[in-house]
Amino acid sequence: MKPFTYERPGTPAEAAAAAASTPGARFIAGGTNLLDLMKLQVETPAHLVDVNGLGLDGIEPTPEGGLRIGALVSNTDLAADARVRKDYAVLSRALLAGASGQLRNRATTAGNLLQRTRCPYFYDTAQPCNKRRPGSGCAALDGVSRQLAVVGSSEACIATNPSDMAVAMRILDATVETVDAEGTRRRIGMADFHRLPDERPELDTTLRPGELVTAVTLPKPLGGAHVYRKVRDRASYAFALVSVAAVVRPDGTGRVAFGGLAHKPWRVEAAEADLPRGARAVAEGVLAGARPTHENAFKLKLAERTLGAVLHQARA
Amino acid sequence: MACASAATAMAAMPTGTSARPAGGEQPVMAKVGLTVNGERRELELDTRTSLLDAAREHLHLTGSKKGCDHGQCGACTMLVDGRRINACLTLAVMYQGSEITTIEGLGQPGDLHPMQAAFIRHDGFQCGFCTPGQICSSVAVLREIEAGIPSHATADLGKVAFSEDEVRERMSGNICRCGAYPNIVAAIREVHEGARG
Amino acid sequence: MKFDTPAGANPIDRLKVVGKPTDRIDGPRKTTGTAPYANDWHDPQSRLAYGYVVGAGIGKGRIAGMDVSRAEAAAGVLAVVTAANAGKLDRGAFYVARALAGPDVDHYHQAVALVVAETFEQARAAAALVRVDYVRSEGVFDLAAAKDTAVAPKAGPFVSPEAKAGDFEAAFATAPVRIDESYGTPDHAHAMMEPHATVASWDGDRLTLWTAIQQMNWGVRDIAKTLGIAKGNVRLVSPFIGGGFGGKGTILSDAVLASLGARAAGRPVKVSLPRPLMFNNVTHRPATIQRIRIGAGPDGRITAIGHESWSGNLPDGPPETATEPTRLLYAGPNRLMRMHLARLDLPEGGAMRAPGEAPGMMALEIAMDEMAERLGMDPVAFRVLNDTQVDPENPRRPFSRRQLVECLRRGAELFGWERRVAKPGQVRDGRWLVGMGMASAIRGAPVMRSAARVRLDGRGMVTVETDMTDIGTGSYTIIAQTAAEMMGLPLDRVVVRLGDSAYPESPGSGGQWGAASSTAGVYAACVKLREAVARRLGFNATDAVFEDGQVRAGNRSEPLVRAAAGGELVAEDGVEYGDLAEWFALQTFGAHFVEVGVDVDTAEVRVRRMLAVCAAGRILSPKAARSQIIGGMTMGIGAALMEELAVDARRGFFVNHDLAGYEVPVHADIPDLQVSFLDEIDPAASPLKAKGVGELGISGAAAAVANAVHNATGVRVRDYPVTLDKLLGGMPEAA
Repeated sequence: MKPFTYERPGTPAEAAAAAASTPGARFIAGGTNLLDLMKLQVETPAHLVDVNGLGLDGIEPTPEGGLRIGALVSNTDLAADARVRKDYAVLSRALLAGASGQLRNRATTAGNLLQRTRCPYFYDTAQPCNKRRPGSGCAALDGVSRQLAVVGSSEACIATNPSDMAVAMRILDATVETVDAEGTRRRIGMADFHRLPDERPELDTTLRPGELVTAVTLPKPLGGAHVYRKVRDRASYAFALVSVAAVVRPDGTGRVAFGGLAHKPWRVEAAEADLPRGARAVAEGVLAGARPTHENAFKLKLAERTLGAVLHQARA
Repeated sequence: MACASAATAMAAMPTGTSARPAGGEQPVMAKVGLTVNGERRELELDTRTSLLDAAREHLHLTGSKKGCDHGQCGACTMLVDGRRINACLTLAVMYQGSEITTIEGLGQPGDLHPMQAAFIRHDGFQCGFCTPGQICSSVAVLREIEAGIPSHATADLGKVAFSEDEVRERMSGNICRCGAYPNIVAAIREVHEGARG
Repeated sequence: MKFDTPAGANPIDRLKVVGKPTDRIDGPRKTTGTAPYANDWHDPQSRLAYGYVVGAGIGKGRIAGMDVSRAEAAAGVLAVVTAANAGKLDRGAFYVARALAGPDVDHYHQAVALVVAETFEQARAAAALVRVDYVRSEGVFDLAAAKDTAVAPKAGPFVSPEAKAGDFEAAFATAPVRIDESYGTPDHAHAMMEPHATVASWDGDRLTLWTAIQQMNWGVRDIAKTLGIAKGNVRLVSPFIGGGFGGKGTILSDAVLASLGARAAGRPVKVSLPRPLMFNNVTHRPATIQRIRIGAGPDGRITAIGHESWSGNLPDGPPETATEPTRLLYAGPNRLMRMHLARLDLPEGGAMRAPGEAPGMMALEIAMDEMAERLGMDPVAFRVLNDTQVDPENPRRPFSRRQLVECLRRGAELFGWERRVAKPGQVRDGRWLVGMGMASAIRGAPVMRSAARVRLDGRGMVTVETDMTDIGTGSYTIIAQTAAEMMGLPLDRVVVRLGDSAYPESPGSGGQWGAASSTAGVYAACVKLREAVARRLGFNATDAVFEDGQVRAGNRSEPLVRAAAGGELVAEDGVEYGDLAEWFALQTFGAHFVEVGVDVDTAEVRVRRMLAVCAAGRILSPKAARSQIIGGMTMGIGAALMEELAVDARRGFFVNHDLAGYEVPVHADIPDLQVSFLDEIDPAASPLKAKGVGELGISGAAAAVANAVHNATGVRVRDYPVTLDKLLGGMPEAA
């Protein structure tokens, strides 16, 4: 970890300006992912802008009947919020399925959205990785890939997005709010926030340099049964092999998104029309064009069966 | 809670600007004042110093352990402003004005915290290396259940209550390779039942 | 003291302190964070510097060039140690990998440099500035691909490359009922919670290491040999060790590099292996491929049993001795055990909790389950039928104590085994398929020469000193119990000092020999102290009874403390073993019973209940012994369901080299585990009639889980770990 300067501004605009004016600057909130990567020289910022003093840690109702979640709200507080538990249970469930109690106390809403892949080759600076060092190659393609992507991947990268929260945010049609150094505000739908790796796997999101996430808004509640199911080898404190977030209405229609399959939360809206026909029909649409490795082909069957379990639970 | 501590920190934070570039690869030093186990401590630290290393290497409070330094084991668990966190994955300079409790602050030989005594009675440890983190986490877990914070094991998000499954899920961020888990759960149950009278 | 005939009655038999479920005497220190581990050591008088290890970025090859100039010029840097300036380095007598690479790189993350700086942050930053140019060479990283190149390993004290009885091939060929299957166990990491750590300090040519190792005597020998210094100039201190499981047998790269760094910097230096470096830098339990052939008559009696194992290692490294347990566990006149060793360029394979037994029984006890199924027999009954009370290779050599059948029967009863449905896949509980499985457990009970010193002071306190270690095993407590029992004192009148090479030599913690060996040494020293006390007080030592702080004979009684009135009494002795192990097979036994649930949709496996019944001689401290067993069971559950070092066979390294990637069980994986000890004393084992239990709990545990998964699902997985991807294909159609 190379030396870095540190500051703690008082407003979002100041934070964005500070980041823009200092070369090599990064925002730090919980630090649970950034410091992890800095210790390994995967991230090497020269300046840290501590955003914990920005007052972005509230959850407020929106005029549209939804919720506006401050970027700094901790994963614990968001999962425990009474409104979230009641009206957006899939979000509470997804948050609680992730990490550990200690990490959820520090990890923030924005930080969770921005967490980087857990691909082991990304974490090991002695190995080629196009996401970490563009153009160096992808060691995972014919390496150890059991955890990695089966859909939406490219020749350059088969990393997965590790977030549980983002999968729930995706089916809730959340919107990410940002501000940049000029004070310009932007609203980015969850569908467009994370990107596929294509030829630029170093870019996880569509955020612009220096742009600061200030909040995530949820539209008004969807109703229906909320289910989040995370499948992993050990029972807790592990990243998903496959996860499924679903909101299912009594008539069997609804929404569904998958974690553990792709470089972003994986939702294929067109396939949702098949929800009343069951998991197999939906999975066909969701997994169309899948390109698994020999080590992770099982995820296709697992995704379908996990969806089946989720639909069973939603009906119960 | 997080809100309050942030506000305090802002008021007493000239360090933010003092940690301006010193040039090259020279360490950047910053001052931070925090309360550790009830005692006010003023430190001047390399900005890279984790909260864990500040405690261990600078305050010589070595009870909190460095098992992985990457948030993957829980041996460094401390209570910060009442909440448990992994002290390895956070910077000391971010805690201006915070209240930190480490294992040493919970109790000492001869004056044990009830959780420490219960761990001894139930043999809730073997090598002892993860134990300070397990105990700090255990104390926080009972408070979290008391405060109604749900977990992955909570069947009905509206109803949070003590159960052994709740304890197992909530303690899963504290790895014990010796495998003392059933004894740790028994110790936590005893303290929970004792607290209820 | 010589121990060459089975123990007779002695003061331990009173069991006033020994055998009681005592709280650990080190509990107050461990629970308050005041027990000092290696990495906690600091001395306000000395200016501690910090070392950070740079690991090789290739699996095999050569360092073509290194540029340390930027690191040397970095802020706070005191020294950069590389092969170029380290001087000549040897290897220790146990581990075979070199602590420092150069010019050759033998395995991934082998240390190529140590950067020493004023602070940890500076050392870490400067370590990232070391530039190394490598020339890769072709390596062999895939055991399955290298299997045909394997040869018979060299025989050694722990290695019997081949063991035979009768005519296996002929008997197997004609057996009416047979199985012939292959099994795979992956590389495992010890993943102890405390990273390898050392603080090294030189005083002239004398070296002191505050370190974390299991065997102090090996550590002294190996650091002296590695650095080319006299053993007498080395002192090792390891009072508390944050887990070892065989991975801290003796000194490793942290100790060697800290010593070199301290010499280069002229200051004490602290080196801790960063967790992401540990999985490839130090040792692991090697993967195995095993072939098991069992032949039996229609009545279920085994007529032929064959077990072969293939493993790999660096040159000069030992094999995984997976065939060992099969030599003694079951009867059968025709036997063949064979080990094969391939050369691999992966990190060094070494001992991990129950080497041999743990991976060997992962395979053997599935094979026994398969054989029982083929015979249409209950798996418990099949094992009971094939019990033997003598060494099957040498029927004139009985077991000193063997209660395997009793363990199996009591376990079946306590667990409710009769409720198991033999046909797989029949039991549902909501969305769970439920199954039960079991396995036998066997683990050797070796004893080694061990010494101790005991002192009686003017306050009536007894202090025990031995270089024995406590790696979580409970050594402090059982040693205190032993001394208290011998001297007729309550536990709180005994002080125990361990883990300092300046104390009398013990064999340390390993091989399940620590408890029996170290308490025997303390027993011997206490016998001598009792004699000295009796002399001082004018008693005949053989008549004197030590009880309740008094020494008594006839109708005269004196306070023990009076013996030290004229000055401290000190006695030192140890136990030397004769050839009892040639007359008797010394082993511990157990039986594991498991119930699992397998999610009908996702095939996730979760253990619902588990029981171990154990027979392991006199149980010195039931509380600590139970903890040892549940710890072994937990590690067995990990081996069954999740643990695997993932090999990148092209690049030659373990990819999942951190605690997020290498999953070990967490709280949520482990239900309330049950343990039952049979009453047993084993006079042939040690003066305390005790054997160890540290490795028995893992032996067989993983196979019991795998067998339960088969009973739940009907899917037989022979390649560990039993993860959901291996089950999905055989699960019922989705609902």
